Amino acid sequence: MTTSLPPSIEVTGLDADQVMINMGPQHPSTHGVLRLILTLEGEVIAAVDPDIGYLHRGMEKIAENRTYAQYLPYTDRFDYLSSLNNNLAYCLAVERLAGIEVPERAQYIRVILAELNRVASHLIWLASFGNDLGATTVFLYGIRERELVVDLFEMALGARLTYSGMRIGGMPYDLPEGFADATRNVMAQIRPRLDENDRLLTGNRIFEARTKGVGTISREVAIAYALSGPTLRGSGAAIDVRREDPYCVYDRLSFEVPSFPQGDCWARYMVRIEEMRQSMRIVEQCLERMPEGPVRAKIPRVFKPPAAEAYARTEAPRGDLSMFIVSDGSERPCRLRVRTPSFANLQALETMSRGHKIGDIVAILGSIDIVLGDIDR
Amino acid sequence: MRGSSPSELYVFLHGLWERAGWPEGIWLVLWAVVVAAVIMVFVLLTVLILVWVERKVAGDIQSRIGPARVGTRFGLLQTAADALKLLLKEDIIPACADRSLFVIAPFIVFVPAFLAFLVIPFGRRLVAQDLDLGVLYVVAVSTLPALGFLMAGWGSNNKYSMIGGMRAVAQLMTYEIPLGLSLLTVILSVGSLSTVDIVAGQAHLWNIARLPMTIAFVIYFICAMAEVNRVPFDLPEAEAELVAGYHTEYSGMRWAIFFMGEYGYLFFVCAFGTTLFLGGWQGPLLPPVVWFLGKTYALIIVMMWMRWTYPRLRIDQVMRFGWKVLVPAALLNLILAGFWFAR
Repeated sequence: MTTSLPPSIEVTGLDADQVMINMGPQHPSTHGVLRLILTLEGEVIAAVDPDIGYLHRGMEKIAENRTYAQYLPYTDRFDYLSSLNNNLAYCLAVERLAGIEVPERAQYIRVILAELNRVASHLIWLASFGNDLGATTVFLYGIRERELVVDLFEMALGARLTYSGMRIGGMPYDLPEGFADATRNVMAQIRPRLDENDRLLTGNRIFEARTKGVGTISREVAIAYALSGPTLRGSGAAIDVRREDPYCVYDRLSFEVPSFPQGDCWARYMVRIEEMRQSMRIVEQCLERMPEGPVRAKIPRVFKPPAAEAYARTEAPRGDLSMFIVSDGSERPCRLRVRTPSFANLQALETMSRGHKIGDIVAILGSIDIVLGDIDR
Repeated sequence: MRGSSPSELYVFLHGLWERAGWPEGIWLVLWAVVVAAVIMVFVLLTVLILVWVERKVAGDIQSRIGPARVGTRFGLLQTAADALKLLLKEDIIPACADRSLFVIAPFIVFVPAFLAFLVIPFGRRLVAQDLDLGVLYVVAVSTLPALGFLMAGWGSNNKYSMIGGMRAVAQLMTYEIPLGLSLLTVILSVGSLSTVDIVAGQAHLWNIARLPMTIAFVIYFICAMAEVNRVPFDLPEAEAELVAGYHTEYSGMRWAIFFMGEYGYLFFVCAFGTTLFLGGWQGPLLPPVVWFLGKTYALIIVMMWMRWTYPRLRIDQVMRFGWKVLVPAALLNLILAGFWFAR
């Protein structure tokens, strides 16, 4: 056995005041392969340096070597908890590039699927946030509820995680028979359970002690960091792409954009809980108003969009997910740029967590709701 | 063994020994070994049962079924299978660990949990050793695990372990004080430090039904949860923050010894709470041992219920709660008890 390795705790006089800790890349609560280089003074965080890139797969470069249709499954793997939202952003960008008109029924179906995926994604977030705070039971409850939504996706798309559920020009096929009833049924089950979770956590003294006033970020700073999604709306800015720059049929639907002014973990938690309810409201409206008709526009077999640029902005569960495509007129994109919400949101981690305790950084990281596939791409 | 109430079995066996004419010294050693073996077996069995109960309770709360494959459809042999697996695992000691500390630490944690059972009366005359200073003995013994946590934390040469170990010591020391004060309330009313006497004093009315001791029980119960590192006080091993705290580097059987210590201690604090506040083995109709185990398991299940319901506190909140709420409350309660029982 070698003992030549240096001991990691070196007590050299008074310099031992600060301890550097590597949190991750293997750590139970970094939600994947994130490495945080923490500098601690006792239990207090003096500095946080997130080190990313462990999940980098070169997604943007891959796009340059795939045809437009071939690239769609890759988008599933950005933010793997909300594949459909990624599919949607990509399809919107390509359709804008080629000037394709998507049939109305397909647009409604897309909104339904995107919103259901938002619910599923937020449920996973709720589960892991509970787990981060030591409320293990919430984890199981969140996963249990998500399962119902995933079953719906399996019914509609045949897959349970990476759906590749949309196509350029619309949907691959129509929703199956009985989908509307199944969806209503699932939502009727999730709603009371959401209230139950709400009762379990929201008013809980311990939960409030752990989240209120922790990881506070002001509206101005949040905007300056280009935060988006619930992380931004937890700071009192009711900015939502679905409202600001509507796509699909969002301008015809009524929903609220929940926001809380406190800017702490609790506010971000409340925003997401409220968003799940709003998403279900949107799904309900869509199911009611969905017209009959085709679900896919006519697309030539060899798809060559004109040499142009297109930019599509969407509201993914984690925030502003945008794609920018440059085409040179060939079958393959010349350049694809993806603006993912988690990447921007993670930047605020240090501002949020400096001066807090180790236990808080877990809560703060959980409340930002990052997905490493989304950050590293 | 105090002369007042030796069990029939003890008298019978001792009589046989004396008739054979063998020396008394060897008898005492032999008897001590027998008692130790009995307690050891009891603690190990209890741990096996508790782990199973914990998993079943957690399963029920989280709407799953828990272990259901190994040993009937109730998974009765699951823990035994797990224990066997742990025994067969490779024993890993980190290269830069302080070997002696690392190796001894689990035992320092486990042995006190085992020692403390010495003074618990499981039934009428069913107590291993009725010490005159039983309660004091328990307080003394239950402080020892802190040392083991610190040794494990330091010896592992891992920063997470170190933080976990320091948290464990800080938390144990903090909650030891209100715990001791709540015990004083009982001692004040009973006028004895012997666990047997304390149980005997509750023949007609359980201590918990008398006012200052109701408060003392609440304080005791909260402190007990902190002492056994359960949610919301499980900071020393907070998984989300510290991976596994002081036992991050432990694996296989060494880890299992920590685990046994934890569950043995869980059973002990509940058994001790039963003895002090819930009338011990006293109760009508059913045999005393059944009453005792029933009450103890009721307390344990309440603790498990809390564990699977609440989130975890933060270290500064835990310390603040201990020093600024529990210690003053326990002191005030002690003063109240002083007046109350002086009447």
